Amino acid sequence: MEVNEQIAIDHGLKSDEYKKICLLLKRTPNITELGIFSAMWNEHCSYKSSRLHLKKLPTKGKKVIQGPGENAGVIDIEDGDAIVFKIESHNHPSFIEPYQGAATGVGGIMRDVFTMGARPIANLNSIHFGSPQNKKTKNLLRGVVHGIGGYGNCMGVPTIAGQTSFDSSYNGNILVNAMTLGLVKKNKIFYSKAAGLNKPVIYVGSKTGRDGIHGASMASASFDEKIEEKKPTVQVGDPFTEKLLLEACLELMAGDSIIAIQDMGAAGLTSSSIEMASKGNLGIEIDLNKVPCRETKMTPYEIMLSESQERMLIVLENGKEETAKKIFDKWNLDFAIIGKTTNSKNIELFFNQDQVAKIPVNLLVENSPMYDRKWKKSKLPKKNKIRNEALNKLKIKDVLKKVLSNENICSKEWIWQQYDHTVMGDTIQKPGGDSGVVRVHGTNKAVAASVDSSAVYCWAHPLTGGKQVVAESWRNLISVGAKPIAITNCLNFGSPEKEENMGEFVECVQGIGEASKYLNFPVVSGNVSFYNQTKEVGIKPTPSIGGVGLIKDYEKMISMDLKEIDNLVLIIGKTEGHIDQSLFARTILDEKNGPPPEVNLFNEKNNGESILNLIDKGYVKSAHDISLGGLLVAISKMCIKGNKGIQINKPKSLINEIEYFFSEDQGRYLIEVNKEDLKEVTKILNKNSVHHEELGIITQNDMIINEKTKVTIDELKSYYTNWLSKYMS
Amino acid sequence: MRSSVITFPGSNCDRDMDVALKKFGFNNKMVWHDESELPKSDLVVLPGGFSYGDYLRCGSMASKSKIMQSVINFAKSGGLVMGICNGFQILVETGLVPGVLLRNKYLEFICKNVFVKLDNKENTYFKNLNKDILEFHIAHNEGNYFCTKDQLKEIEDNNQIAIYYCNKEGKIEDQHNPNGSIKNIAGIFNKEKNVLGMMPHPERMIDQSLSGEDGSIFFKNLINNIK
Repeated sequence: MEVNEQIAIDHGLKSDEYKKICLLLKRTPNITELGIFSAMWNEHCSYKSSRLHLKKLPTKGKKVIQGPGENAGVIDIEDGDAIVFKIESHNHPSFIEPYQGAATGVGGIMRDVFTMGARPIANLNSIHFGSPQNKKTKNLLRGVVHGIGGYGNCMGVPTIAGQTSFDSSYNGNILVNAMTLGLVKKNKIFYSKAAGLNKPVIYVGSKTGRDGIHGASMASASFDEKIEEKKPTVQVGDPFTEKLLLEACLELMAGDSIIAIQDMGAAGLTSSSIEMASKGNLGIEIDLNKVPCRETKMTPYEIMLSESQERMLIVLENGKEETAKKIFDKWNLDFAIIGKTTNSKNIELFFNQDQVAKIPVNLLVENSPMYDRKWKKSKLPKKNKIRNEALNKLKIKDVLKKVLSNENICSKEWIWQQYDHTVMGDTIQKPGGDSGVVRVHGTNKAVAASVDSSAVYCWAHPLTGGKQVVAESWRNLISVGAKPIAITNCLNFGSPEKEENMGEFVECVQGIGEASKYLNFPVVSGNVSFYNQTKEVGIKPTPSIGGVGLIKDYEKMISMDLKEIDNLVLIIGKTEGHIDQSLFARTILDEKNGPPPEVNLFNEKNNGESILNLIDKGYVKSAHDISLGGLLVAISKMCIKGNKGIQINKPKSLINEIEYFFSEDQGRYLIEVNKEDLKEVTKILNKNSVHHEELGIITQNDMIINEKTKVTIDELKSYYTNWLSKYMS
Repeated sequence: MRSSVITFPGSNCDRDMDVALKKFGFNNKMVWHDESELPKSDLVVLPGGFSYGDYLRCGSMASKSKIMQSVINFAKSGGLVMGICNGFQILVETGLVPGVLLRNKYLEFICKNVFVKLDNKENTYFKNLNKDILEFHIAHNEGNYFCTKDQLKEIEDNNQIAIYYCNKEGKIEDQHNPNGSIKNIAGIFNKEKNVLGMMPHPERMIDQSLSGEDGSIFFKNLINNIK
């Protein structure tokens, strides 16, 4: 087939990008080469719209072993141990085919982690659906949950935490972000940088089929009404093969055979071979006849662009081929020597003895386009007027009932009960808490992880929203007693070609950067997903932040369930009554405007560190951060989990009762302390200038608010627990 | 006391079982499915997981593994064989214990703590256990135990029901049945009571920091009974 501009455009390339390719090559590419360029130069692989801005994120720190640019980030958790982690999106495939889309998202991120030599020890996910009334929502939710469970459960990796939200902006474009943590010895980390000449290039894992061809290109385009036609571009997952691949790779990694290893994810054999060559500043030669294929008569174009799952590319030391083959034979996996490293700095492909492609690697990587897209700055919206009159008409109990049973607050047990969260025998904090926590097997340490996003805040003011998500991730780790170490981010946005969406991206990234720098909470890995829109309607900007922290002594882990009657609950951080953009304002008052709550990074840091100090001294019996829904929602969850009541007395202040209980001011936590420790706790908090006040005293049952409102524990439970299972039945 | 845990392709609770057995004093060996001989053992465990991906009927491929002939011979000669979760499914497929395991009634994977009631302590597994109700953990998609009426009668006549799903107080009722199993059956024995298959995972309940400690009680008692 003769390549021309139209064919290039059909591959998702822009007209000037095609011209640039011809110019760089000094000729017209053939169809295989064009396919390779389109795969490497699309948004998903090249980060062409985002690179410029991502560079500004803080990525270094004392605990950072590997920042962005590898298969995943790596952090030091002492004693020679390290945690490898990353979050990644699988949005477009999940909307087209929810089960397989979500399943392969989970499979892909686990491969990214074990490619680096780490055994996956925990999975998390952040999933976002359209409004519950939307007719597609239920099936998409069911499919995604089954897919995540189907893959993770089979792999035997516990799914320990997650986040689910509903918002009409996802009606035509759901989000599925999957995160994995793996454990590795610091001196046994594997990288994707090839080295040495004439080293054998090995293909292992599943056979290559025609599935997923152009998956990465699909992820770089918007949806339209022909979306159903794209089903064949969704990959099909095989978690059983991946489990075998995991065990085989770890077995091979125990020796010294591997020079470099890279999983075949987006853009399959193309991106894996090119990335290894590019990082090693080498060339690579592949004989495509040697690639194990599932189907007959596959063309070089199809082989290079297939996104069949559960495959790895390895550069081996010479003479280790037999050792490696034995291991993959044992696990019944394909093993083929398909090529070698060269000093040509080209990628050269052969098929039936003919050379079918020859491209200098640097043209595909360093010369890939980078755009400084136009973007529009957001203004901070004006605050809403004081609404005492409207608020005075409301009854606390009615509001609490509505808020607790809201789809974005209510218990997600229906979801996480379908995920094996206890396999591997080290899960010490299950889903439903502030963070999931797993022990580092055989040690006293534990690792905490959470995943967060606040699309509403980001939509109202991207800069503040960006900061807020990082701060919330930090708080979720603090609340379980973990010292926050680093984050991974999955940046889900609309089209970068639209100034508003690009502006949301730029400013969210700026906010993320400011907060992570201030909190010394660097970004070590991540992924960008643009074009989350159907026709002209984009999603609310949704950066998902996955945070990871360390608990040095897991006996000191904190959970949110109230522990003991007569203990006191303190509010840490100041309640100012910020109602705009709160869940209360949006659902009860039906107000969609106004600024999100302000994020004061000094307070975040100071409050968080002070709580860690109190936890370390043993004063904190339970803790929970105050986030979506506000104070009364936070204490309700603590009551429900601990099966205890509380007598609440709102401190005298100028703020209206409703504002006090449902505002979403940032930097706040609830902590439970023993009466006898109160003096010492207050002393420490005062010394650190941490604002704190007493919320109430823990009782046997019933939540009593200001002596006049009574809510029984059973009522709280029924508000909180029923919505989702009813909706799904 | 010597134990062996069989690893099939796709097993994923084999390590957890190894950890648990060693914690309570077993000298445990991991045995690859492709071996033909079992090491000398006082107990053989078929662990949980997704052997062969569960792509065919759960457990059916694994039940034909090379090692299984030795396991079957070991069981038939009176050796203790315990199958947990996928291991139970494998046992059912070998015919060592009667019945089948269907997909959960609500068609969803389910992972949570459950209470089980012991029905029969006249066997090496539960003899001398000072509790009748244990809190265990389940994590499965196909744990819905089913057998024919005749089989059920035989099982009941022979006292082969090992544990039932129940509530905290030991009441065996429909609402405490997580997966639709006939008669709330969570585990059964063979006729001779040396082979036990059960869906719950005692190995996930061996530490106060985990979901609970009733698994510890089970394993401690088991090793004492074998000694």
